[in-house]
Amino acid sequence: MFARLNLIFGGILGSVVLGMALLALVWTPASPVAIDPINRLSGPIPGHLFGTDEFGRDILSRIMTGAWTSLSVAFLTVAFAVICGSAIGLLTGFYRGWFDRIAMLLNDALLAFPGILLALGIVAIIGPSKYGIIIALGIAYTPKVIRIVRGTVLSLRQKEFVEASRALGNGSVFTMLRHVLPNSFAPIAVLATSLFGWVILAESALSFLGLGVPPPAATWGNMLSAARPHLSTAPWMSIIPGGFIALTLLSINLLGDALRDWLDPRM
Amino acid sequence: MAQFLVKRLLMAIPTLLLVALLVFMLVRLIPGDPALILLGDGADANSVAAINRRLGLDQPLPVQFFIWLGNVFQGDLGNSILTGDPVLALVWDRFQLSATIILLAVGTATLIAVPVGIFAAWRQGSGMDFTLVALATLGLSIPSFWLGLMLLMLFGIQLGWLPVVGYVSFGQDASLAITYLVLPVLTLILIEVGVLTRMVRSSAIEVLRLEYVTHARAKGLSERSVLFRHVLPNSFAPTLTLIGIVLGTLLGGIAVVETVFTLPGLGRLLVESIYSRDYPVVQGCLLMIATGYVVVNLIVDLLYPFFDPRVTLE
Repeated sequence: MFARLNLIFGGILGSVVLGMALLALVWTPASPVAIDPINRLSGPIPGHLFGTDEFGRDILSRIMTGAWTSLSVAFLTVAFAVICGSAIGLLTGFYRGWFDRIAMLLNDALLAFPGILLALGIVAIIGPSKYGIIIALGIAYTPKVIRIVRGTVLSLRQKEFVEASRALGNGSVFTMLRHVLPNSFAPIAVLATSLFGWVILAESALSFLGLGVPPPAATWGNMLSAARPHLSTAPWMSIIPGGFIALTLLSINLLGDALRDWLDPRM
Repeated sequence: MAQFLVKRLLMAIPTLLLVALLVFMLVRLIPGDPALILLGDGADANSVAAINRRLGLDQPLPVQFFIWLGNVFQGDLGNSILTGDPVLALVWDRFQLSATIILLAVGTATLIAVPVGIFAAWRQGSGMDFTLVALATLGLSIPSFWLGLMLLMLFGIQLGWLPVVGYVSFGQDASLAITYLVLPVLTLILIEVGVLTRMVRSSAIEVLRLEYVTHARAKGLSERSVLFRHVLPNSFAPTLTLIGIVLGTLLGGIAVVETVFTLPGLGRLLVESIYSRDYPVVQGCLLMIATGYVVVNLIVDLLYPFFDPRVTLE
């Protein structure tokens, strides 16, 4: 009964954020890096709808480019984790054997690290940059995808239709790609949606800690971290970027719920 | 029970060994020479070699690993490159603060979420249910570091009720220490209540649909005893698994909350030692967090049968 409302609210919020991100590629009200020393730490005024930061940069423009950074990082990271994780999960779950055992031992060890912690460690190695973050978060969240996909594949390979496909003399690669993979789609789709939210949150947390996409590029996380010293004099600097992270996550959670309701009407 | 415990503990050993290996490799891969950090960029080759010898960094990597592992087994995690303090004591000290915050927050959140989630499930589809689910979804969508900043702005700056920066330990002044912990704990409670309420609600909905609930109602039991005797225990078991996951995730994600509230916890120690390339401390923190995660999962596995007797320990 919530499904439709979830879809509507999640869809509206998501489109607003996505629209801002795409618009930022071609137009922003001001340059996100242009400094305006006279209007430093200014509240909302005409010309600076969301006010300015400690260098007098326009916050609305930085929010818009930050939206693109967050969404593109999250999209590429989820694509990375889902593709690698599904491939490994499918192969290990379908073929089993010693390779599966070793892979799962390693996977369990990786799962003993909370995702963001592993990302923190990897960022420390490859250094904070946009693509560094994508690789770090991608590697950090792949083990979760592997576990879910492998679990689904393990139950699917016992099903009659897989046995039937084998009995018909189909090769194992054909059976795997034609019958097992399409049937694992629902759990992968639900996982990918949650993953998208986790990655947005993790990326902004890393940026907040100073280990994300480095300045002067704007991300919601590094805007929040720059706002901390000005909490009492320029509250809008912290209210606005964090509010956008929360709205984006809310939209993803609502869309995720709608997707789950649609794929699993039992709930 | 004892047999299961031993088996489960033995199963945790290869995982922990691999965790140790991963931590060791991860930290060796961090670019930057600790000797140069210690001495400054202008250091001559002889002093660099001397430092590397002293820290054992001139040995081949596998040798370094086994020396390190041997020391870890003896409770020796090395000394901080920066301050020379023993890492184990440092990490343990910081861990206690982080663990206190996390346990207080998750404990309180569970006490709130279980009745609220069951109530929402019981009234599934009503306006009340809708409001509670909407609030829970909102709660879990708010990033902890932003909520922390907002609470700090309200209670610390606008109202001036609570301190804004710094920390006083329990040993120094217990009542003052509590004032520093109120906001970080409250921040985590507000978020985790959302996560846990949704989980309790959906597992309670599953349980309410089962035949033994219909049977209990048909028997003429009051709604109160149906909910408390039948629905609560059965929907708590899946929630227990989630509590384990939440504890582990918070252990990894506590760094941002500690940064907002300038608390000297494990997460901040980790981030600071990544900045200063203090290898042994980074290793110690990662090892502590991963071990904590494995231990939490172990405890959850052991507790599970008490809440769901269908699961046996064998």
